[in-house]
Amino acid sequence: MEIIMSFVIGFLFMAAVYLMLSKSLIRIIIGTGLLSHGAHLLILTMGGLGGTAPPVVADGVSVSDYADPLPQALILTAIVISFAVTSFFLVLAYRAYQELGTDNMNLMRGTEDND
Amino acid sequence: MINLLLFPILIPLLFAAILLFFPKNISLQRIISAAAAVATLISVLFLLLKVKADGVQAVTLGSWDAPFGITMVSDMLSVLLVLSATIITLFVIFYSMPTIGIDREKSFYYPAVLFLLVGVNGAFTTGDIFNLFVFFEVLLMASYMLIVHGGEKPQLRESIKYLLVNVISSALFVAAVAFLYSVTGTLNMADLAVKIPQIEETGILTVIAVMFLVVFGFKAAIFPLYFWLPGAYHAPPIPVLALFGALLTKVGVYAIIRTYTLFFTMNIAFTHELLGIIAILTILAGCIGALAYFDVKKIIIYNIIIAVGVILFGIAQMNEAGIEGALFYLVHDMLIKAALFFLVGIVAVIFGTSNLREMGGLMKTYPVLGWVYLIAAFGLAGIPPLSGFPGKLLIVQGGFEGPQFWGSIVVLATSLLVLLSAIRIFIYAFWGEPVKIVPLKKRSYYQMFVPAVILVGITVILGVGAELFMPLINGAGEVLLNPSIYIDAVLKE
Repeated sequence: MEIIMSFVIGFLFMAAVYLMLSKSLIRIIIGTGLLSHGAHLLILTMGGLGGTAPPVVADGVSVSDYADPLPQALILTAIVISFAVTSFFLVLAYRAYQELGTDNMNLMRGTEDND
Repeated sequence: MINLLLFPILIPLLFAAILLFFPKNISLQRIISAAAAVATLISVLFLLLKVKADGVQAVTLGSWDAPFGITMVSDMLSVLLVLSATIITLFVIFYSMPTIGIDREKSFYYPAVLFLLVGVNGAFTTGDIFNLFVFFEVLLMASYMLIVHGGEKPQLRESIKYLLVNVISSALFVAAVAFLYSVTGTLNMADLAVKIPQIEETGILTVIAVMFLVVFGFKAAIFPLYFWLPGAYHAPPIPVLALFGALLTKVGVYAIIRTYTLFFTMNIAFTHELLGIIAILTILAGCIGALAYFDVKKIIIYNIIIAVGVILFGIAQMNEAGIEGALFYLVHDMLIKAALFFLVGIVAVIFGTSNLREMGGLMKTYPVLGWVYLIAAFGLAGIPPLSGFPGKLLIVQGGFEGPQFWGSIVVLATSLLVLLSAIRIFIYAFWGEPVKIVPLKKRSYYQMFVPAVILVGITVILGVGAELFMPLINGAGEVLLNPSIYIDAVLKE
């Protein structure tokens, strides 16, 4: 199972890198979304996919049956952080589109004379 | 007072939260933010005395035992860095009042500065690798807001790039933590330092060490990963630039120092030699930039990159002289960079441009400013009685004792280029034929000049009184060279 997940995560990272290297700003933001999905799935996978019961204390479940709760807490933290950053990034892209009139990263270069 | 080491994080957090309630009342915003910085400074001074007297301080939040809960650790290195960060933030707040503009002050400028201080102090104090990630995000989020604050076109353009680079490096940080967790099964730094030497297969750990170098290298602007910094730092106004230049890259440098002395010591022949080579390349790349530009801000910005390289070269040697020199240079560099940005900011305001070619003859009208700038420039280059000298001397000594003696020669030679780049500003702006200047009001001139002079004064004291400060630096270096002191303090009993 971990092997399959590794391939999926690798594909997500590949797609993210491809999108982030493109010219259009919105494709770049979609790429960052895929990158954080890949990173979150990576934590889940690296914590080990063993365990059949969710990490909630219940009767009749032995300790070895629980899934590892720590990676889940880490993912939850990382998800809200990437939510906040992504929403900031989207608003920033919107403002930049209004002010600069382009979403093409090649046209956003700017030089010392041309601010 | 066992919670003393949390105060530098909690005080700015509390005051920043209070400031959110009345954004339009500027005088109250100014008073409360200055009071917050002063209160933080006082608590840090108490913490410094405590750490000096009793050794490494550690608090486990919620009284959960060390590897299971989050630990906050304050050793001499982190308390010195928290102290410099707080001093700089205090002066940045004073310097912001006349320069940043009413509109920015009305839209949550001071809370953002204080939240940045929360993130920086937290990152310096934490003892948990995932908590370090969270504090990185706190300071990055505040820096995103500060870099785009005001919404001018260059700011919008550059902040998109700055944000994208940091989003990528944060995702890589999460991935690196995931790998480290799968190998060791722990996130506490002291526990990692115990577990990593027990793992016999060092190949995967070396890979993770290099991954962490890439992650923190993005923040610290080391050689192939510094491309975002000159453009991004050129966009925001001067007080924000001083805050970023003095604090943000140094957090990345601190994280490299911590990880490479505390737990990635299993394959020094590879990892630390790589770090040394990258540090030398960073110095060279910074020098090329510092000499190439005729823009006062760009020259100092490239000097940030040079200093990062010098500090990391000292760390890469892993001997007493190298590490102590790097720590002294780190503290010196935070202070001197803030002072230089302040002075250059005054020069840029007086001329109405940051282009060196359109400047000249300021010595006749502002002689004191000129002499203070000259002292700061000599301090930056490391002329003996000033603060750049003791650190660089020890770094060079450490390099000659270690295997990379040629690196020390590069550090010495590039000091000349640093001096040249800083003196060029002096020659162009202060000598020569006077050009037309925008006269500055006496009051706002002194409001900008006094913080800069005090910061330069602190660096002069740091240099002249180096003997007084060396015991503190020795204490910090001792913990880095003997991780067992750190481990015992955290995992006590």
